[in-house]
Amino acid sequence: MDTKQALMHLADARGVTGYESPAWDVVNGLFADLVDEIRRDPLGSAVMWKKGAAKEPPAAIMFAAHLDEIGMIVSKIEDEGFLRIWMMGGVDRRILPSMEVTVHGRRDLPGVIGAIPPHLQDPSKKDKSWKWDELLVDCGMSADKLRELVRVGDVISFDRRAVGLANDRIAGKSMDDRAGIAVMYEAARELQRLAHECDVYFVATVQEEVGYGGSITSTFGVMPDIGIAIDVGHASMPGLPEHQVMKMGAGPAISFGPHVHPHVFQKLKETAEERGVKYQLEPGTNPRGTDAYAMQMTRSGVATGLISVPLRYMHTSVETLALDDVKKSGQLLAYFASAVDSRFREGLTCF
Amino acid sequence: MLLAQLSEAAGISGQEAEVRALIRSEITPYVDEIRVDPIGNLIAVKRGRKGDRRVMLAAHMDEVGLMVVGIDADGLLHVEAAGGVDPRVLVSKLVYVGADRRPGVIGSKPIHLLKAEDMDRATDMDSLYVDIGARNKEDAEKLVKLGDQIVFATRCEPLGEGFLKGKAMDDRVGCYAIIEALKKQHDFDLVGAFTVQEEVGLRGAGVAAYRVKPDLALVLEGTTAHDLTETPEHGYSTVPGRGPAIVYRDASWVGDRRIVDRLIQTAEAAGVPYQIKRTVTGGTDAGRIGPTESGVPVAVMSMPCRYIHSPVSVICADDLNNYVKLAGLFLDSLDERGLPV
Amino acid sequence: MKDLVKKLSQGFGPSGSEDQIRSIIRSEVEQYADEIRVDAMGNLICRVAPKAAASGSAPKRIMVDAHMDEIGIVVSYIDDKGFVRFSPVGGLSPHVLLGQKVVFADGTVGVFGTEKLDDIKDLKFDKMFIDIGARDRAEAQAKVGIGDAAAMVGSFADMGVRVSGKAMDDRIACLVLIEAMRRARPQVHEVYYVFAVQEELGLRGARTAAYGINPDVGIAVDVTLWGDTPEHAPFNVSLGGGAAIKAKDASLIAHPAVKNLMIDAAEKNGIPYQLEVLERGGTDAGAIALTREGVPSGTISVPCRYVHTPAEMVDMGDVDACVRLLTAVVEELASPGGGGIL
Repeated sequence: MDTKQALMHLADARGVTGYESPAWDVVNGLFADLVDEIRRDPLGSAVMWKKGAAKEPPAAIMFAAHLDEIGMIVSKIEDEGFLRIWMMGGVDRRILPSMEVTVHGRRDLPGVIGAIPPHLQDPSKKDKSWKWDELLVDCGMSADKLRELVRVGDVISFDRRAVGLANDRIAGKSMDDRAGIAVMYEAARELQRLAHECDVYFVATVQEEVGYGGSITSTFGVMPDIGIAIDVGHASMPGLPEHQVMKMGAGPAISFGPHVHPHVFQKLKETAEERGVKYQLEPGTNPRGTDAYAMQMTRSGVATGLISVPLRYMHTSVETLALDDVKKSGQLLAYFASAVDSRFREGLTCF
Repeated sequence: MLLAQLSEAAGISGQEAEVRALIRSEITPYVDEIRVDPIGNLIAVKRGRKGDRRVMLAAHMDEVGLMVVGIDADGLLHVEAAGGVDPRVLVSKLVYVGADRRPGVIGSKPIHLLKAEDMDRATDMDSLYVDIGARNKEDAEKLVKLGDQIVFATRCEPLGEGFLKGKAMDDRVGCYAIIEALKKQHDFDLVGAFTVQEEVGLRGAGVAAYRVKPDLALVLEGTTAHDLTETPEHGYSTVPGRGPAIVYRDASWVGDRRIVDRLIQTAEAAGVPYQIKRTVTGGTDAGRIGPTESGVPVAVMSMPCRYIHSPVSVICADDLNNYVKLAGLFLDSLDERGLPV
Repeated sequence: MKDLVKKLSQGFGPSGSEDQIRSIIRSEVEQYADEIRVDAMGNLICRVAPKAAASGSAPKRIMVDAHMDEIGIVVSYIDDKGFVRFSPVGGLSPHVLLGQKVVFADGTVGVFGTEKLDDIKDLKFDKMFIDIGARDRAEAQAKVGIGDAAAMVGSFADMGVRVSGKAMDDRIACLVLIEAMRRARPQVHEVYYVFAVQEELGLRGARTAAYGINPDVGIAVDVTLWGDTPEHAPFNVSLGGGAAIKAKDASLIAHPAVKNLMIDAAEKNGIPYQLEVLERGGTDAGAIALTREGVPSGTISVPCRYVHTPAEMVDMGDVDACVRLLTAVVEELASPGGGGIL
């Protein structure tokens, strides 16, 4: 499957945080022939290992992209036949009115989050966004029928199929972070033809959206020498100052800051330059917000890096990116993996 | 003077190299083993006469500062805070940028051109710039680069009667105390953990503790001293001049009572002045050392510092001496009376 | 059982000062545990061995947890007139303190007072103080010191089917654990019952206890909020509705297999239950889940009204349901089938 198809397939899969299995099935299908061993750890992260050529204990690189997507959860079933909801991960409630969703009950049910028509609204409230208490899912059923099929605690995903826009730009839900998984897919395919000394672990982590639980625990299990998180970053759009955003189409953004090991940053940058992969820089002092944050502090410490795919409209159901950025990011990671050897690993503690 | 060198060394979270090198050169004659871990913590081991137990002292090398995150067409530098810096203390200050210590200024609109209501509004980080005197973007890019650290250009010098001023007292005073402590031989193995990235979320200490696996740990920090005229007395956290502050609990950890009691007993027996920190706000490396694995007994001793997290902090010289002294006496008590844990 | 509820509720144990409540619980559980220890942070850890080992392999470890600590205050300053200034311990709201009393470890009682306020909306902890009836600093210092902790005073009331008192969060769950320890017979796997410290300060005790035990599955028992009083925000849990099985809270997404096991056990045994999605608030399961390489975890909650006030209220029918559910879940997990999880 080519990268564009893989990306859209991944984006469409329904893996709400904590309930990632449907997305896992897609990942398993994509990576099974590209790695030597696949296992799922106790919380559900997928650890996919591709053995390196080195004879003596090889350096180990872990690439991590998160498998989970934001969504909602049923918090109560009202007698009038509507579902009350709460967020799973950071959902901006302003995107919810008129959203089409899928309720994952005993079977998958289509639902609509309705919007009170303008004619019936209280004019004094029309400048305020609706609160969670006011947002209800309508499945078009009576409460009795609903209660046979749905329980409190069932999860709800956005109902969106990815769509191609002009210039090979693609919009869909969950590009955060299925784009990262697609990057790992591209890297895994490249590594079929590139020699690499080190062991490479492709890890699809769970529960990043609710506190990086999957990267904390999967890193503990793998304990790599180097951990590179692949996530999405804010691409330029009206209203955001230039120094806070990345450019779509300008290639992967390589992060620099306390959450990134300086040698790993250097090596990523040098590799991009040597191999002619266009890239951009993302300096920042705040280590939070991606799996790198958790990987770095695991056990006795991991040398981390972070690359981001530029993305517009993050955490909406129309997240938009440039396919070329995904491909370039994957290529960069493959070249990086083929350049890392035990000498580089030794140098990591020379600060 | 060592504290002045430590105070003036540059090291924001993630870029502690200069501080690390200075500490390393100071402690090398006194310790048996020095290593740097994958995230940059400097860990020094001084083996004990018996070596049957392991005590870790921890202080963080990083200071609050800024980082270059953008360069605009005019050659002015956009910045982000590294650690908890209040943007209001930045205006009209001198800074150093990058490894070359290139001088820059954080300017502000001249008062003549401001409206009355502008004066009341605090400047936010997005509207602050560092001016290094570059003509334009291309010129600036020859002199500095994205990601360069920016530190305050404060000299560490005596102030008034018995006080010292300087930047980064939080936590170069702690580093200083550990360097002094490493000069003395004990029965137990003494480990000095000079940690990284405390100011951006206590990120180094837990990693160091995982590696060291100490039986007991003591965090040596700098804390708020807020004894100014406008503050009611019960709002003071600590007061300069009353000695090092022993901490029962703060927002990040409840100090192990056995260690706290031993610190107090040691101070009283030797007549060293001390105070108890009054507020329970603020977090320290103890918040990461304590929860390591199945738990590490840890407590915190802090130096009172006025104006913490700003370009100029003020400490009392007597407090500094007593802080170093009490740390030393505490370690001696571990030889004399054993570890309380 | 109500006598034990009263004893546990009234025991002294603000977060970080749990010695007294630990002794009380220890004397209740000693007879049921094969092994008891107290770890570096003060967690009380009781191991119950299985009847027989699983064929060939080492027994797996089931960790069950409730926290011993309660919210309270800690002394930060004593002024020259003997008034005591304080900081909160755990999630306390200043409004809950108006007109209330606290008690220190030695029994000294204090009453909350406030400075003059122009508007009640301005009420903050630093505008309050505690009056222990001392006339000056020296008299106050004879009884309390900086750093001393105190618990809320909230006497136990037997209201029939329901009871109220301070610290039902989480002493009622400690009772659930004690009862389950008494009843549950693990067949082939070991069960660790942990009475944890400092949950109210951020799940601190459970985190280190779980690391030390290294369990294969984790279950926390705590209290949860309620939705069934006049004009309450919508919430799916009611007093009397049975044991609350957690789907999600701010600390944890319950592992689907653990959640389903709980639902199946409730249905199979005819135990009344309700499903719970809590917007804010967390339990020790959130810390247990992220231990080492990860631990599938879930939470059983006792519905509780007026949480984090001196008069928390629970329904003894719900308590009984939680005891029966926990017992059934522990036995299912400790059976040769491992509940499909072990």
